[in-house]
Amino acid sequence: MNELSASSRITYRAVMVRPGVARRIRGLSDKTLAWLFITPTILLLLAINIFPLLWTIYLSFTNYRANRANVPTIWLGADWYRSILTDPDIWAAMQVTAHFVIWTVLIETVLGFGLAYLIDKKFRGHGMWTTIILLPMMLSPAVVGNFWTFLYQPQIGLFNYVVAFFTGRAASSFQMLGDVTLSPWAIVIVDAWMWTPYVMLICLAGLRSIPDYIYEAAEVDRATKWRQFWSITLPMALPFIMLAVLFRGIENFKMFDMVNLLTGGGPGSTTEVASITLKRAAFESWRTGYSSAFAIILFVTVFGLANIYVKALNRVKSR
Amino acid sequence: MSLDVTPSVAHRGFTDRILRRGPLEAVATTIIAAGVVMLMQPFSLTLYSWSFATTLFGTVMFTIVSKVRE
Repeated sequence: MNELSASSRITYRAVMVRPGVARRIRGLSDKTLAWLFITPTILLLLAINIFPLLWTIYLSFTNYRANRANVPTIWLGADWYRSILTDPDIWAAMQVTAHFVIWTVLIETVLGFGLAYLIDKKFRGHGMWTTIILLPMMLSPAVVGNFWTFLYQPQIGLFNYVVAFFTGRAASSFQMLGDVTLSPWAIVIVDAWMWTPYVMLICLAGLRSIPDYIYEAAEVDRATKWRQFWSITLPMALPFIMLAVLFRGIENFKMFDMVNLLTGGGPGSTTEVASITLKRAAFESWRTGYSSAFAIILFVTVFGLANIYVKALNRVKSR
Repeated sequence: MSLDVTPSVAHRGFTDRILRRGPLEAVATTIIAAGVVMLMQPFSLTLYSWSFATTLFGTVMFTIVSKVRE
């Protein structure tokens, strides 16, 4: 009763203080009010998302250099696109990216699904183990990059000592981050360590969405556990697995921070993924027009993959 | 009195069957996937050169066909 009277007093006071504003707002239609509320957000999105994108598209057709902003800009047409799409060095960077994406997604999917399958069995203490498994995912990539740099140190790094313990090689006989052969695998290991829990979470959601009565019907039909896995579990969790694959594929295609901290693209250009090449072109060579064209190529690829991702997401949602 | 129990089957034309959102989206998705594979494959520089055009075509097609009726 007291609450009611208090709220009505507040409303009464609000109306009394600004009667003109209240009357004007009451006179607006729902549609106008909706536009009134979303206009600031739309303006903000236009300013920080759409305008930079359109500006980048424009720059990709010019010879603009950010460190020589006063030099007159010349329209070059599709020259930068032709140059990038016939450059063997950029092609090599794409292959490094492909190696990184394929292996990380493969390892993360297999391990993530395996872990989700185990966690779904609800053994004793599975809640605690889930929390422990999820810990790497909660860390910042900058932190992960830094501490794995220490773990990979040939003299003091824990990773080298663990490998030495199992293989019998001297711990300082190999360098994960300095070796041409090992460094691409070093970044794959770190990304898999960090993001497998994420894939596990998505797969776990998929496994938990399978109704128990299907397994009960399979038990009645005397289907073996192996048969149940291949005929029920895997097909029904597949849309979720596809979702995880697409999401990790998109994320790793544009991976920058962790690779930059771990190897910086080296040794040589063995771990120079596309985003590192882009950063070098944009902020070391200051070829702004060229790097804008490269960014647009990467953007269109990610946008295309995102379309497939949204389609897969809708399929999962419709289940 | 006889009862006609034969269900009425709606005969749809070829264009009606193909020009629907589902199949068109599947085609666009395949083109995008092909473009991404062409971009990252290590075998042919020519395929790499055409990858951007392929992905762009697939993406534009996907955006258009997602507005087509179900």
